[in-house]
Amino acid sequence: MKLLKILAATAAVVATLSVVQAEAAPVRIGLVVKALGIGFFEAANKGAQEAAKEVGDAEVIYTGPTTTTAEGQIEVINSLIAQKVDAIAVSANDTDALVPALKKAMDRGIKVISWDSGVAKEGRLMHLNPSSNPLIGNMCVLLAEKVLPEGKGDFAILSATPTSTNQNTWIEEMKKVLPQHPGMNLVSTVYGDDLADKSYRETLGLLKSNPGVKAIVAPTSVGIVAAAQAVEDQGLVGKVYVTGLGLPSELAGHVKAGSVKSFAIWNPIDLGYSATMIAYNLVKGKAEAKPGASIPMGRMGEVTLDEDSTGAMADPFVYDAKNVDEFAKIF
Amino acid sequence: MTDHTLDTLAGSPGTLPDRLDLGWRRWMRWEVLLLAVAIGIFLINSFASPYFLDPWNLSDATFNFTEKAIIALAMALLIIAGDIDLSVASIIALASVTMGAAAEAGVGTPGLVAVGLLTGLAAGAFNGFLITRFQLPSIVVTIGTMSLFRGICYIALGDGVYRNYPSSFAWFGQGYVWWVFSFELALFAVLAFLFGLLLHKTVFGRQIFAVGNNPVAALFSGVRVQKVRFSLFLLTGLASGIASILLTARVGSTRPSIALGWELEVVTMVVLGGVSIMGGSGTIVGVVIAAFVMGLVTFGFGLLNVPGIVMSIFVGLLLIGVIALPIGIRKLARRWQGVSGRAKR
Repeated sequence: MKLLKILAATAAVVATLSVVQAEAAPVRIGLVVKALGIGFFEAANKGAQEAAKEVGDAEVIYTGPTTTTAEGQIEVINSLIAQKVDAIAVSANDTDALVPALKKAMDRGIKVISWDSGVAKEGRLMHLNPSSNPLIGNMCVLLAEKVLPEGKGDFAILSATPTSTNQNTWIEEMKKVLPQHPGMNLVSTVYGDDLADKSYRETLGLLKSNPGVKAIVAPTSVGIVAAAQAVEDQGLVGKVYVTGLGLPSELAGHVKAGSVKSFAIWNPIDLGYSATMIAYNLVKGKAEAKPGASIPMGRMGEVTLDEDSTGAMADPFVYDAKNVDEFAKIF
Repeated sequence: MTDHTLDTLAGSPGTLPDRLDLGWRRWMRWEVLLLAVAIGIFLINSFASPYFLDPWNLSDATFNFTEKAIIALAMALLIIAGDIDLSVASIIALASVTMGAAAEAGVGTPGLVAVGLLTGLAAGAFNGFLITRFQLPSIVVTIGTMSLFRGICYIALGDGVYRNYPSSFAWFGQGYVWWVFSFELALFAVLAFLFGLLLHKTVFGRQIFAVGNNPVAALFSGVRVQKVRFSLFLLTGLASGIASILLTARVGSTRPSIALGWELEVVTMVVLGGVSIMGGSGTIVGVVIAAFVMGLVTFGFGLLNVPGIVMSIFVGLLLIGVIALPIGIRKLARRWQGVSGRAKR
């Protein structure tokens, strides 16, 4: 324990010297991701750096563990606390395990927000969702309308499992906005259980039993790929279009093949940009994170917080032949 | 430190010296080298980051390694005795899940601590029983129980979470004994002292070295080899139980993936501390310094925002370097002696 004694003694002496850093320094924001080396988060960092450049006096520290563990993120958060950063914006590996570490950060005056994957309410000032259920439902309907001839005709939904909460919520939201689109007719909803082969077979069945279907909406990244494949294999390209939520890297080929015209998913660049803007504005005192508050996010407009201090960034971002290749490299 | 010299010599047969007073060579020890590395890293970090030399920051940094270091103490004894336990991280998870279930059932803080310790002991006993009763290789058995214990956690909890721990329970992982000295660090200091005594000052400690060097000779010398080995697995299980209490209290929640991959970091600490992976030699002082070296490296790099993968590479290089350096020096010294010997002749 001799080392520890020396350690503590030296520390006590020099600690007094290190209080110099303070005013006029840039706002330092720790952007903590689930793990380094994931395309989605590298893209978010790109957006964060863009935001830092835009405001001028901010510096983004892009960091995260090597594997997606809560313990690794706690280590990273501890080192950010030690560096006395002004804000931490985290995409959490664990809703609960990060709370004690983040509470400590807030006790020491650091503004903590979560984005993408949230932490429990006590561990953050606010959470930024990439989108919201009504926005997603609305976007799915709009995408389907775009591929239907003159925005009218039969379409169907390919979902994951009948018990999947988020899928059901999105389908519910789609049904809510349907009355605003007269002429669009939802003929059937089938379930592929988020399995590639089952989704494929369900799509084939759907096409056989409902030959009038002109569009298939799959708000699942597994389903949308399987449906696109089925449409191509049946030689229905140009007659039936697939759309919904999916990953650019998995869908770039199908966009080229013609079975998918456009689809949506959140844009990680915008997400990193918005999280950084929010953190910056909270540090600068330009906004306060409390239920009902609005916080500016630069070019992304404003986010309004609900009673849980959670807000939605924007509509899902639409990908088509023009931009899919660029994003396919990212995620 | 000098009083360990004899132990180490006695613990490694074949290198009995002509004289017991080794003079300057007394300082040619692993622990001295490690201490130099630790001080070096400390100094470099102090210059590299303005945030390093802050009592609270250094205190925060200790949380990242004390839990692993506590297991490393027990693991050191186990490895010296020629065994290994790769299921320690899974024991942490298992103990955390049982504590979480107990907390859901309304058990209070003292009860939770007891549950954690008992789960650790039970898991250690299970390992020890399989290994000593059926004479199975410890590495194989504990790779098996590593998956087994972790698997039980996943079955019990799935993608769920236990988080209804009483607020007083958090003290074990977040509380401070005095000023910046956390309970975790204080406990580690006390345990390090106790393990040091156990290994270097007791008959049981001598038996551990004997079993590690030559179990057959130890048996014929009257050492109850299987009993010693079984006790060490119990001890390692108990240490994992303690670590589980600390970690669970620190993060305030349990998921089945808790402490995933820690077994390798614990073994790295032990080996870096100069414990021979083949068994038979090592000191607790070395393991303690190694724990601090790893903690300082991780924290220092963290302050500079060095990506984790670079840290892993550095720790790997450090491990190879610290192991290779003494061997290299010894070879050089031997060659030099050979040359001078021949010259005399």
